[in-house]
Amino acid sequence: MTPLIKVMDKDGIRRAVSRIAHEILEKNKGTQDLCLVGIRTRGAVLAERIHACIQQIEGTPVPVGILDITLYRDDLTLIASQPVVHETLIDFDISDKKIVLVDDVLFTGRTIRAALDALIDFGRPANIQLAVLIDRGHRELPIRADYVGKNIPTALDDDVKVILPESDRHKDEVMVEKRKV
Amino acid sequence: MESWHRHNLLDLHELTRDEIALVLETAKSFKEVSTRDVKKVPALRGKTIVMLFFEPSTRTRTSFELAAKRLSADTINITASSSSLTKGETILDTARNIEAMSVDMIVVRHQSAGVPQYLAEHLRASVVNAGDGCRAHPTQALLDMFTIQEKLGRLEGLNVGIVGDILHSRVARSNIWGLTKMGARVMLCAPATLLPVGIQQMGVEVTHDLQQVIKSSDVLMLLRLQNERQQEKFLPSIREYARVFGVHHQRLKAAKKKILIMHPGPTNRGVELSADVADGEHSVILEQVTNGVAVRMAVLYLLAGTKAEIIGQKPEIVKVKPGT
Repeated sequence: MTPLIKVMDKDGIRRAVSRIAHEILEKNKGTQDLCLVGIRTRGAVLAERIHACIQQIEGTPVPVGILDITLYRDDLTLIASQPVVHETLIDFDISDKKIVLVDDVLFTGRTIRAALDALIDFGRPANIQLAVLIDRGHRELPIRADYVGKNIPTALDDDVKVILPESDRHKDEVMVEKRKV
Repeated sequence: MESWHRHNLLDLHELTRDEIALVLETAKSFKEVSTRDVKKVPALRGKTIVMLFFEPSTRTRTSFELAAKRLSADTINITASSSSLTKGETILDTARNIEAMSVDMIVVRHQSAGVPQYLAEHLRASVVNAGDGCRAHPTQALLDMFTIQEKLGRLEGLNVGIVGDILHSRVARSNIWGLTKMGARVMLCAPATLLPVGIQQMGVEVTHDLQQVIKSSDVLMLLRLQNERQQEKFLPSIREYARVFGVHHQRLKAAKKKILIMHPGPTNRGVELSADVADGEHSVILEQVTNGVAVRMAVLYLLAGTKAEIIGQKPEIVKVKPGT
C-alpha cells in the first residue's frame, strides 16, 4: 500500500490563500489594473478564493478569468487520444493589465509555459505573476512562482493531490502519495 | 466524458450518442477561439490537412480551411478541375500520391456516395467526409445540432421538421441519423417525388402538409432543390413548389414563438423560403455558418489525436505522466 501523507488541511489552505491575497495586494500596491486568471480546474477555484479574500481586504472586486491550456500543451502529439478541451473564459481585455496566474501545484513548469503562451494570445499584459498553492520542485523549465502557499519537497514520482470541494467531492486538503517507500 | 478513438469521420450513424455529445461539447470551447483578437491556437501545429474537393463548395471548404488554420495546421486545396484527375488518374492514386507527401488528414467531398469510406479503407491518413453524393454530410449535421443545442438548450424531445428535397439531400440524411440518436423527433415534409422510398425506416415521420410541420416544430430545416442532381422532372414547376412548400412570413404565424429557421445553404430565396423569413427574427442561418468553424475545429482536433487502426490490432495508448 502506498502511504498517503497529509501536508495541508482546510485551515492551512485558508491561511495560505489569505496570505497570498495579502502578498499580491502588497506587491501590486492595491487592486489597480490587477486581474486574476486561474488555470482549469483547481487553479480556477483558487483564483476565486483569492478574489474573495482580495475583495474582503480592499472592498473592490478585480476581474477573474479561467484559462484552459489543453490546446497549448506540448505533449499533444504524444498522447493517444486528445484530452477534453474546456472553455476559456476571459471576458476582459488583458492588455496593459497586471495578471496573476493561479494554479494549484507547480511541478515541471510545463503547464505554466502553456498558460503563458495562451495568455499572450489574448493581448499584451503589463506583467504576469504566478501564484501557486504548492511548489513541489522538479522544474523542467526556467519558471518560478511569485507567491507560494507552501513548498513541499517531493520525490519525482510522488503524486501531489490538491482537493478542493468546488472541483472535487471531498473537503479541502493537500495529500502526497509516496510511490516508493 | 468519453474519450475519442475514431480515426475517420464518415457519417453520424457510426457515432455513438456520447461521441456526438463530445464533439458538441468540444466545439463549445472552440467557438471562443474565433472571438479572440488572435484567432489561433497551436493545437495542430505541424499537421498537414488536404482539402480534396470534387464538387463546388464555398461554405464547407472555407469553413474547413479556417478551422484547420485556426488550429495552426497547414492546409492545401485541391479541386478536381485543377488536378491530375482530368488527365485520367484514379481517385485512389491521387489520394495515395497526396498521402505519400506525409499528409495527416484528408477532407474529401465527392459527387459519388461512398468515396470517403473507400479512401478511408486504403489510407493511413484520417479521412473526413465533407459530403459524398446524396449520402452523408456529417459536419453539417453536427453544426446544425450544435446550433439547436446552443439556441434551445437541448436536443432531446425537440420536434425538428425537415422540408424540401430530401431525396437528394445528404444533409437531411446525416441530420436524421444524428437528431434521432440524440432523442429528437424528426418529421419530413416534401412532395412525394422528392422523398426516398422507405425513409420511414430511419425512424422519422413523413407528411406532405407543410402547415402541420410548421405548427408542431421547434426547429424547421429548409433544403434547397438540388436542380443539379435532378436529371428527370420531379416537379411540375419551381413556382408550384414555392407555392406549396415555400415557407414565408404568413405561414410562420401558426408556428411556435421560438421556432428556429435553419438552412444549410446555399439558399434559393423565393423558392424554399422567402427573403423576409431568411432575414427574419427566427432565422439562424448565419449563426449556423459561424458555428460550422467551431464544430469543424472540434472534429479536426479530435481526429488528429488518433493513429490509423490496423485491422485486428487495438490502437496503442501511450501513457504520459500528466505534467504539473
